[in-house]
Amino acid sequence: MTHYLLAVHGPAETDEFGNYGSKEEMEEAFAATGAFNDRLRADGYWVFAGGLQSASTATVVDGRGETPVMTDGPYLETKEVIGGFWVIDAPDLDAALKLAAEGSKACRGKVEVRPFDGLA
Amino acid sequence: MQRGSAAVEQVFREEYGRLIASLVRRFGDIDLAEEAAGEALVIALEKWPESGVPPNPGGWLTTTAGNRAIDRLRREKQRDLKQQAALMYYDDTPHEPTGPVEDDRLRLLFTCCHPALAPEARIALTLRLLGGLTVAEIAQAFLVPETTMAQRITRAKKKIAAAKVPYRIPEAADLPERLGGVLAVLFLVFNEGYLATGDGDPVRAELTGEAIRLTRILRGLIPEEPEVTGLLGLLVLTEARREARVRNGQLVPLGEQDRAGWDRVLIAEGHDLVRECLAINRPGRYQILAAINAVHTDAPTASDTDWSQVVALYDQLTRLDPSPIVALNRAVAVAELDGPEVALTLVDRLPLTGYHAWHVARADMLRRLGRTTEAKESYDAAIAATQNSAERAYLSRKRGELV
Repeated sequence: MTHYLLAVHGPAETDEFGNYGSKEEMEEAFAATGAFNDRLRADGYWVFAGGLQSASTATVVDGRGETPVMTDGPYLETKEVIGGFWVIDAPDLDAALKLAAEGSKACRGKVEVRPFDGLA
Repeated sequence: MQRGSAAVEQVFREEYGRLIASLVRRFGDIDLAEEAAGEALVIALEKWPESGVPPNPGGWLTTTAGNRAIDRLRREKQRDLKQQAALMYYDDTPHEPTGPVEDDRLRLLFTCCHPALAPEARIALTLRLLGGLTVAEIAQAFLVPETTMAQRITRAKKKIAAAKVPYRIPEAADLPERLGGVLAVLFLVFNEGYLATGDGDPVRAELTGEAIRLTRILRGLIPEEPEVTGLLGLLVLTEARREARVRNGQLVPLGEQDRAGWDRVLIAEGHDLVRECLAINRPGRYQILAAINAVHTDAPTASDTDWSQVVALYDQLTRLDPSPIVALNRAVAVAELDGPEVALTLVDRLPLTGYHAWHVARADMLRRLGRTTEAKESYDAAIAATQNSAERAYLSRKRGELV
């Protein structure tokens, strides 16, 4: 089994309904994502998942020098940012891609699939 | 001695895809398979010229390479012992040209053509691992520096290993979709050989031949899928005209080709394949393209061509694939059936100004309509847009003939 990060990418700027357009669509996406999470747990793929606050809430810390340097904002100023992610444990890339397609449909976002180089 | 080593290299190349595929199945590691195969070649080059080629050279290479791979795994101390033990199970699959060994090549073909890999990497990997072409040969065929091609292949192999791209034939439900990607790669390999880009050879027979060879293997393994049969039919009917297609460094268009120079054996095979598709009656893109080529190769002279049949087949193809490229090819057939004026109206509507074949088609139609000034402009645009030396030479001649 291999661990994969399924990272959801979406616009950095969102309105009160996220990037879903309306309250109804947002609620539908939340419900579908919840159902997808349940399926990951039930079928044994689940490791961890979470949604992130907006990228503007991020702080970058550079602790390589003597005193750490803090910078407000995300590491890269981009139009598209990671809005959330799943970590799954799947037998191979085909299985991971299938789950990513389901997750993408559920949360209405593009999903990047990336294998872990081992877990600590 | 020279003759001896040339014979060894020929056997090695013929056996390469089968050898790599069985080593990848056994050891689950493409790099290890390639290294072990390379070592087996070195040993064969030492032994065979003196002892003669063994009766089952493929079996000899597989056994020898397998032993080298196990030696290598033993030597690599950094490898996890448990992983080694898992990899070094005894493999008693006999080396035979049919059965599980052929399945190995099919598995590897699906791995090489996996949709998670970049399209240009799929072609390169297929040629490298199954076709046995060297990185230098593939780089030359696709006109990129060898280092670029080596990086492309290395990156794809790394992704296969790290992301765990599976080494297996997809499940029946996914097969049609995945098969499409494999057929597309084989068709692209063939096309790059048939209308090669760059200033080198206008035709690269090693690429067309390789695409046909791999498609034959695929058909042997999935004989019930008519699109595979259709692609093989399309490729052999196109290949049949290869020799007649270039004369004195100039492309010879279909209508002007010496049909006595066509390969009758390939044409007969292609027609059989098309008939087989028709009997199955589940038409698809490659089958229709094969049928169009069957109509062309059925005509004793260009003027005997059944253009209404060709247009009808393009109509059928348009329903499956309403792309402007298909519409352009249909318009070229319409020019023969209904005249260049009707066809030009169709062509002018298409958003293909960056595509050399669009300019070629327009130039020809304008020339036939006597609109010489516009035809010259179109030939100029076509010459500027084409990347094939023989096609450029042909277009320059046609432009020069306009007064």
